[in-house]
Amino acid sequence: MGDDHALDIADLNHWFGAGEAQKQALFDIDLEIDRGSLTVLVGPSGSGKTTLLTLVGCLREVQEGSVMLLGHQLHVAKPAQQIALRRRLGFIFQAHNLHGSLTALQNVLMGLQVHGATDQDTQMSAARHMLTLLGLGDRIDYFPANLSGGQKQRVAVARALVGNPDIVFADEPTAALDRESGMTVVKMLKQLGQVRGTTTVMVTHDNRILEMADRIITLEDGRIVNDTSK
Amino acid sequence: MSRFLQALFGRLPIGWFQLTHSRTRFAAALSGVAFANVLVFVQLGIMLSMATATLKPYSFFQADIMISATDANALTEGGNVARQWMFQAMADPEVVAGTGLFIGNIAWQRGGKTLGLTTYGVDPAQPAFLGAAMAPYARTLQLPNAGIVDRFSRGLPQEIAAAIRPQSPSSFEASGTQLTLYDTFAGGGGFGGDGYMLVSDQTFLALFPARRSGAPDHILLRIAAGADPVVVSARLRDLVSDKSLRIRSYGDAAQEELTYQQTKRPTGIIFGFGVIIGILVGLVIVYQVLSTDVAEHLSEYATFKAMGYGQGFFLSIVLEEALILGVLGFIPGFAVANLLLIGMAKATTLPIEMTFGMAVYVFVGTVVACSLSGAIATRRLVAADPADLF
Repeated sequence: MGDDHALDIADLNHWFGAGEAQKQALFDIDLEIDRGSLTVLVGPSGSGKTTLLTLVGCLREVQEGSVMLLGHQLHVAKPAQQIALRRRLGFIFQAHNLHGSLTALQNVLMGLQVHGATDQDTQMSAARHMLTLLGLGDRIDYFPANLSGGQKQRVAVARALVGNPDIVFADEPTAALDRESGMTVVKMLKQLGQVRGTTTVMVTHDNRILEMADRIITLEDGRIVNDTSK
Repeated sequence: MSRFLQALFGRLPIGWFQLTHSRTRFAAALSGVAFANVLVFVQLGIMLSMATATLKPYSFFQADIMISATDANALTEGGNVARQWMFQAMADPEVVAGTGLFIGNIAWQRGGKTLGLTTYGVDPAQPAFLGAAMAPYARTLQLPNAGIVDRFSRGLPQEIAAAIRPQSPSSFEASGTQLTLYDTFAGGGGFGGDGYMLVSDQTFLALFPARRSGAPDHILLRIAAGADPVVVSARLRDLVSDKSLRIRSYGDAAQEELTYQQTKRPTGIIFGFGVIIGILVGLVIVYQVLSTDVAEHLSEYATFKAMGYGQGFFLSIVLEEALILGVLGFIPGFAVANLLLIGMAKATTLPIEMTFGMAVYVFVGTVVACSLSGAIATRRLVAADPADLF
């Protein structure tokens, strides 16, 4: 694997279930993803996009094949190494998964505190800045229950990006956003790729994002059926 | 509070935020912990009062060794002891004095009420056997049919007790004998009677015609200065002909009765179970609160796992919650229990009180029990699988 690859996948197979009920979800996936690129995974429901995302995102155990994430072979990584790797990733979930008892600002702070003790004022200022960039400067002390779906999603995006991750894994990050907010998020991801080399791997059906992607990978029935680079 | 906890844990006090997000549920959880605390405090208060009440009569007398019948598990239990064994014991060169202790119950009819007084009869001519608080009454007790009564007896109004003075004694008839009370002392209601009374051995025999001077309930012995009561007791067990007698140091006799009252008598066992049940109730309440909280925040915890937070972080959140519940639940529990114990002491005249040791013991126990519940509740965190988030 070269240093210019954030992700290097070879002969990846994955199954769910056991015995006669066992079903293969991914078949012989081979893939390299460049640092700083914006890659979009598309495909019909059940095609294996999410399974692939969780495997390369260090959230699921690799059963067969090789996944090199940021230079680390995942199937031999110990739990502590996996935790350390996850801290270098940013996740944006379709169902924002904000902590209901924390304010918008506190939710974003959680994305910073995972990296250990740093000056609290600096953390607060970074979290405020990120929320302001996403148009939530006047909502920082709101609890998720008092935010709209789009606002919650933007808080989730802020939480994922505030720690300057090396790779962002996103599952339909713009589904709950209006056109303007969606474009702001994608432009921010694109800009992070260009300025900081942040890699983004995203599952989406949003055509607006497809136009901005560096690469579009299509999955069907657990196999890559199309791989287009721009 | 959140600033203090943030400084304490060096991170956002997520446990505090989770607990206080629903104030109603938080109040209910604190009430549960407080309730468990009250249960434990009340049971402990009664247990400790039983210990105090058990040991109190021993303080009325001074002795180094006590000889009792084989079945005398308590001062007020068991058969009589023949006085001849006292004389035999006094043959030991280190035994310097001996006396008989008589114990019986006298009913004091006061108007429509009856006071049950545990009555002790001793030889007032040997004041060395009287405790420090009783020794000043030795001369009074030498008067015929004279007695001194416990001013804290249950059912004895304070103003009546205060009026009983040498210059204004109070008389009543018991067993056909006119008994005159010349003074009062600080006893305190016990579990076996309403109060105590002290009379001379001769007055006691007049009050209990069936009893004989040669058969007291216990024999008290004083030994020479510097002699070891445990060593002398062992020697007396060989010396005294009746091998069935219990010959123990006075301190050992008191401790053995305390153990007997706490572990063999139904009341002691019941109060002991009460403490255990209080602790279990607290454990269950806190476990229920914390495990429900974990279950409700499973997807949030899974998100934190995905972000790179480790198991220690989740454990610290749950333990933070357990500590908050333990500490904040203790405060109202302590306050309510204190009021209850004061009320119970007034109502029963038993020596029930909140002690510093009890408060510390229950506080530490509460924090430990809450932490234990928290540690058990964290098992549910295993179910927080970040792969399920997508």
